[in-house]
Amino acid sequence: MSLRTRLDQDARRGLSQISLPFIFVMLLLAVPLVILLAMSFWTQDFLTLDRTPTLNNFIEAWSEPIYRTLMLRSLKISIIVTFVTVGLAYPAAYYMSFIAPNNRKAFLVFLITIPFWTSYLMRIFLWKVILGYNGVINASLMGIGLIDKPLDFILYNQLAVVLTLSHAWLPFAVLPIFVVMEKVNRTYLEAAQDLGDTPFWQFIRITLPLSMPGVVAATLIVFVPTIGDYVTPKLVGGPDGLMIANLIELQFKKANNAPLGAALALSAMFLVTAVAAIFVWLNRRYLKAEGAA
Amino acid sequence: MSKRILTIFMVVFVLFLYAPTLLLPIFAFNDSTFIAFPLSGFTFDWFASLGAAVELRGAAINSLIIASISAVTATTLALLASSATVRYRFPGKGIMIGAIMVPMFLPEIVIGVSLLTVVLLAGFQLSIYTIIMGHTLICTPFSIAILRSSFQQLDPSMEEASLDLGESRFSTFRRVTLPLIMPGVISSLLIAFTISLDEFVIAFFLSGTEPTLPVYIWSQLRFPRKIPSVMALGTLLLLLSICLLTLSEIFRRRSARRLGQKDNGGAW
Repeated sequence: MSLRTRLDQDARRGLSQISLPFIFVMLLLAVPLVILLAMSFWTQDFLTLDRTPTLNNFIEAWSEPIYRTLMLRSLKISIIVTFVTVGLAYPAAYYMSFIAPNNRKAFLVFLITIPFWTSYLMRIFLWKVILGYNGVINASLMGIGLIDKPLDFILYNQLAVVLTLSHAWLPFAVLPIFVVMEKVNRTYLEAAQDLGDTPFWQFIRITLPLSMPGVVAATLIVFVPTIGDYVTPKLVGGPDGLMIANLIELQFKKANNAPLGAALALSAMFLVTAVAAIFVWLNRRYLKAEGAA
Repeated sequence: MSKRILTIFMVVFVLFLYAPTLLLPIFAFNDSTFIAFPLSGFTFDWFASLGAAVELRGAAINSLIIASISAVTATTLALLASSATVRYRFPGKGIMIGAIMVPMFLPEIVIGVSLLTVVLLAGFQLSIYTIIMGHTLICTPFSIAILRSSFQQLDPSMEEASLDLGESRFSTFRRVTLPLIMPGVISSLLIAFTISLDEFVIAFFLSGTEPTLPVYIWSQLRFPRKIPSVMALGTLLLLLSICLLTLSEIFRRRSARRLGQKDNGGAW
């Protein structure tokens, strides 16, 4: 059998196996996204849909102050959440990979993953219990006599949203960084030590650049879904903490304006993809400058 | 020195991760309708009240049906996709597998509204089937992440031996490949089941008159009087999740052992 026919047979087998999941994704993701895009160029008056293409929805989504405010606020919150999450996840992943004994690693991964798999809705709601008027924080502060009456400014604001979202996404940020750190070749560190590098410079010159791909993955995993979070702003955000997803839901359901909702959803998706792409590009440049890529 | 600081950091980090979850059982057993401190007494009433909630039973059955079908469909699709990408070279491989993994990197609300738009335009009724479609879509990438490592660790010479000895492709898969990767398959089923059981946003957009468990919980959170019962329900779900995950972890480790690989700590 010649090499060429063998490859062809392989290719055919691979294609026939992947075709089913690929068609599934095309039908349930690509086609709906295209229809969503079409929808965003239409207009809706109550229940009648006018299919004359127009850019009005996008103009409204980007010029109306309330939409613009919520869009930018969502972007701001998800950027802050990403910084906090990745900043806290990095030392945790470092501990798990470089300091924890080898036989503990699998257990630590398991320990980190459990809270992530417990009901998302309940975890967010529990933050409301912690931060609320009669909540855990207020009760304990009053218990030790630090304050006389409950603080009412800790719930229902953007800070509460940032705190709750960061907590929810922490495990998701630790794992990709940990996996990449595990692949860092330990002999490089030994070589650097033998050549007289201090631990600090070993970290700056070897571990940090080599673990950057994990940081990039963690950043994307946290940043992209966070901008579209619906539950957290609704439960702990209050009126000043609402985000774009709450508005999208409103347009699709109560306001009966699906085209505007589609334009808002696509704008948010575009915004998040653009920021993520800039981030990945900057990071590639940085790594190239460091000579690590 | 820095080692000690990092160890302390890790302890605080894990405590922070678990803090909210620990409140769940506390308030599930607290004898007061208010979710607040100080605690007033111990009771099983909230758990008992769950038995009387008819809507809850319906929601739980819906969730179980949706999670089971989504888990089986996602795992089947993931088996095909990971077998193809790990073992064969073919044109367009990168783009196709990339497209299949996209749902992992999209805000869930975008998936929810795009499917909702299609359903509305096509004039379909929202039902548990529309939720199953959405859930299969988001579970498949996670199942692929697990099964890909099973296929990577599989020794191809086992299958070659079976083929050389005259077994057909299908029975080689059934009698050689499948038993070897079975722990990975079970782990994928359990993870997909857990994701679907817990998913809220897509189910919220795509559910009609039949709510899932999270959608039911969401509707209860609006009534302060119902919240202690929700806490009891949350405690039960927490126990269920821990059981499923522990099972999945056991199967994953068995898979690593069966395939003769050292444990690398996770599906990642």
